[in-house]
Amino acid sequence: MNAFKRDKKEEEEGSGNPFQNIEKTTVLQETRIFNDCPVDSRKCTHILTKILYLLNQGEQLGTTEATETFFAITKLFQSQDVILRRMMYLGIKELSTIAEDVIIVTSSLTKDMTGKEDLYRAAAIRALCSITDVSMLQAIERYMKQAIVDRNSGVSSAALVSSLHLTKIAGDVVKRWVNEAQEAVNSDSVMVQYHALGVLYHIRKSDRLAVNKLVAKLTRMSLKSPYAVCMLIRIAYKLLEEEDSSGGASSYSTLFDFIESCLRHKSEMVIYEAAHAIVNLRRTTSVELAPAVSVLQLFCSSPKPTLRFAAVRTLNKVAMSHPAAVTACNLDLENLITDSNRSIATLAITTLLKTGAESSVDRLMKQIASFVSEISDEFKIVVVQAIRALCLKFPRKHSVLMNFLSAMLRDEGGLEYKASIADTIITIIEENPEAKETGLAHLCEFIEDCEHTSLAVRILHLLGKEGPRTKQPSRYIRFIYNRVILENAPVRAAAVAAMSQFGATCPDLLPNIQVLLARCQMDTDDEVRDRATYYYSILEKQDKSLANHYIVEGLQVSIPSLERALHQYTISPSDVPFDMKSVPLAAVPSAEEIVNPSGKGVQADGMLISTALSGSKVSAVAVTVSREESYAEKLRNVPELVALGPLFRSSDPVELTESETEYVVRCIKHSFPQHLVLQFDCLNTLNDQLLENVRVQVEPPDGYQLVREVPCPCLPYSETGTAYVALKFPEELGATIGTFNATLKFLVKDCDPATGLPDSDEGYDDEYMLEDVEVTLGDQIQKVTKTNFGAAWEEAGDSYCELEDTYSLSSVSTLEEAVKDIVNFLGMQPAERSDRVPEGKSSHTVFLAGVYRGGYDILVRAKLALAEGVTMQLTVRSTNPDVAELVTSAVG
Amino acid sequence: MEGLLLEPTLYTVKGMAILDNDGNRILAKYYDKNVFATAKEQKTFEKNLFNKTHRANAEIIMLDGLTCVYRSNVDLFFYVMGSSHENELILMSVLNCLYDAVSQILRKNVEKRVVFDNLDIVMLAMDEICDGGIIMEADSSAVVQRVALRTDDIPLGEQTVAQVLQSAKEQLKWSLLK
Repeated sequence: MNAFKRDKKEEEEGSGNPFQNIEKTTVLQETRIFNDCPVDSRKCTHILTKILYLLNQGEQLGTTEATETFFAITKLFQSQDVILRRMMYLGIKELSTIAEDVIIVTSSLTKDMTGKEDLYRAAAIRALCSITDVSMLQAIERYMKQAIVDRNSGVSSAALVSSLHLTKIAGDVVKRWVNEAQEAVNSDSVMVQYHALGVLYHIRKSDRLAVNKLVAKLTRMSLKSPYAVCMLIRIAYKLLEEEDSSGGASSYSTLFDFIESCLRHKSEMVIYEAAHAIVNLRRTTSVELAPAVSVLQLFCSSPKPTLRFAAVRTLNKVAMSHPAAVTACNLDLENLITDSNRSIATLAITTLLKTGAESSVDRLMKQIASFVSEISDEFKIVVVQAIRALCLKFPRKHSVLMNFLSAMLRDEGGLEYKASIADTIITIIEENPEAKETGLAHLCEFIEDCEHTSLAVRILHLLGKEGPRTKQPSRYIRFIYNRVILENAPVRAAAVAAMSQFGATCPDLLPNIQVLLARCQMDTDDEVRDRATYYYSILEKQDKSLANHYIVEGLQVSIPSLERALHQYTISPSDVPFDMKSVPLAAVPSAEEIVNPSGKGVQADGMLISTALSGSKVSAVAVTVSREESYAEKLRNVPELVALGPLFRSSDPVELTESETEYVVRCIKHSFPQHLVLQFDCLNTLNDQLLENVRVQVEPPDGYQLVREVPCPCLPYSETGTAYVALKFPEELGATIGTFNATLKFLVKDCDPATGLPDSDEGYDDEYMLEDVEVTLGDQIQKVTKTNFGAAWEEAGDSYCELEDTYSLSSVSTLEEAVKDIVNFLGMQPAERSDRVPEGKSSHTVFLAGVYRGGYDILVRAKLALAEGVTMQLTVRSTNPDVAELVTSAVG
Repeated sequence: MEGLLLEPTLYTVKGMAILDNDGNRILAKYYDKNVFATAKEQKTFEKNLFNKTHRANAEIIMLDGLTCVYRSNVDLFFYVMGSSHENELILMSVLNCLYDAVSQILRKNVEKRVVFDNLDIVMLAMDEICDGGIIMEADSSAVVQRVALRTDDIPLGEQTVAQVLQSAKEQLKWSLLK
């Protein structure tokens, strides 16, 4: 009775899974019956199934276990049962990677492969190729070649697919099967055609000419298999893109016509692939895009969810580059908003947000609100990104969007999702001064109930930066002080720092802040106490400049460099105090990088992959950490240049040749405190030449002294070598700006293009004229971010020397252009976002901050007025009169 | 643009799975070593996938950087996964092939219990559809033909009365359902 009950219970639990309770050891024991003679095929099949099921469930077999099982299985070759034999092949394939000595079954499998039973042959080929290695491959090569051109499509496919797998271990052998693959492309079977094309392309992909020929031939013969056509479209697409980047256009139109003609193919798969390719082509024009978009539009109303998904996802991508082209589909997209598949609905909405007009924003937001709680975080992030783009596009809609974002902020969600919302609100605040107060209020509310420490810290920092300059700074204090009472240590520390910002910037709040800071000195956490004490004592001094330097501005140097410099300092103790000025300044990210965290971030916009997104952001940040950092690292490795001191600033690379010439040279200008180093990156594009002792001869203007030349000893074909020239800056600052004539000099040795080895040891000297190198003022100035320019300017009024001049900029006609020119020319950082000119104004003031090499601060105020050209009044304040003089004279 | 479609290749399918109605794996295969290398990662992904799909009958979803198409019947869930750049329709054709092939093998009784009864044949079918990520065959009848159904070779005369009745019942059921 009991047993019966248990059975029943098990049955219920396992709900009919007969494999649920099997155990590895028991099953492996059972394989003993494989040795019985005659073989009980039914029983053996069942045991084999169990083994495969266990492996499939992720059970691990040790090498000995696997080998034993493998050999037990090989016993079953005596049975002629079809299913058992097929299961054996599966078992062999599964175990081939774990077991040892698997090649033992080669001959049995070869027999099956060449036998009469078609059901065995295809599967035997695949099993054989999974156990074979390079040395054994020779033995079966003949059979493989035959199999590829076999009349039975299954056999042929199996051979082709297996040979593609084999290219990983024996690419050269497979290359010899190209003729057979060529023949198989003409097969009647659709799958054989597809597989043959895959093999052919793989063999030839490194040879562009051969690929071109292949495509030309196949586009004419109209393949039967839709899969093969898709593959062909991809190959054609790749050729087009490569041609695009290399500048050739020989077969552009034929290839493109082929892809375009596929839009009228009878298979939807092919139509979509073609549309997708056209959309993704980098240089597609809107005319070329039109047929692809109309095909996708048709798909939007398909009853198949997958088709709709594919279409709307591709349209979303188009909307990023050609929003106008998608407007035609707006009606279809709006129908998709209510799609039962939330992914489709979300994509439709974000596409609409990208293409829509200002008037439709309210309606769309309402629709999003109706389903936003039902979609996954990944999609919510997509929506948030679309909203961010929208805010930048229609700044006037900020109140609607901001309300929506704050509602989203209050909902449940992961850190990444919340962070993306906070990011968006921060972007809106920065872009749109009108939205600042409401945005800050929303963020304040959010940190009241925020479980993510990192996010709370960021928002507190932002409040500290932006809060003091709002109309009513006092209202934020309460929110910040609440954090001090309620949160964990890192948040408390951030809150203390934020409060001190208010203390430093708003004198009327100072007494209250001091009281709060005094209370924080009683905190239980060391860091919080330290910060509170530090800020309290600075603020107590009531010294504006002190507060400015140590509270408002923060650290300007690059943190990794500071760390390294301090480390150096501690291991070689000296009596000289550590000089902060010797540490390179942190790079200021350019405006574009701030708006779009990275180029990739924008691309990923329409994509639904959050992991890829965050990854790209991280890498972008890492890149911007400091260009100087990476160059400094490189320059440190050149022993001749070490003595010059810390690197101050590196310029962007400048091309000194056309990109298609024999030798391509780029120049990067590195400024050191007293020296200028020109780094020439040279690329040899001639495959029959080996260059030696490559150097660049420069003719510096008067005043410069040539200190060193570091040639590049050897420059083989298609490699980049670097030569350096170090010069000492003239004492007279005015003479530092000038033009250098440059000539590339080298020793040429003719060499064999194939091996790259020189024909003889003798070479001849040659030279190559380069374009001139300009050294400008901007090369010698490092950007500095001033968060409170006004205070710094005031303070500089007393101690710095000031020069003023008026200029008329006749070449520019708008304020925006003038601002851009002046910022680029001086190479300084605009403070307080003064580089954005409000619309419709006829005058504007730009604040710029920078440091001249040697550590002289420069502050520049440029008042611009628009009247038949632009008139500029430039006021320069600097710690060094010569520098101020240089700036004013250089502008003229 | 993000496009830069993948390198043209035959390696299209990243994985195939058949799950039961609790999200447990019945059979699953992953073909790319860079995608879910360990069984643990695979099962976490499957759970996650199942949670997101078992209620919404929506056919397609993007998850963990993969495009997943799916289809369900009674207590079975069929999935085919491909890279996020993959042509969704190609994946769909593979899924349809998988589903139809299994359905034909199980004589339209697409249920968990029946799958377990024919697990060997279903394994063979999955192997015939996709080999190491390359689509081997996308026509379900060709797949079924290649995996050689066992009961096919029992002529009608030798089937038991129960078997005949059973198949007659099924035929009736399906003609009514249509």
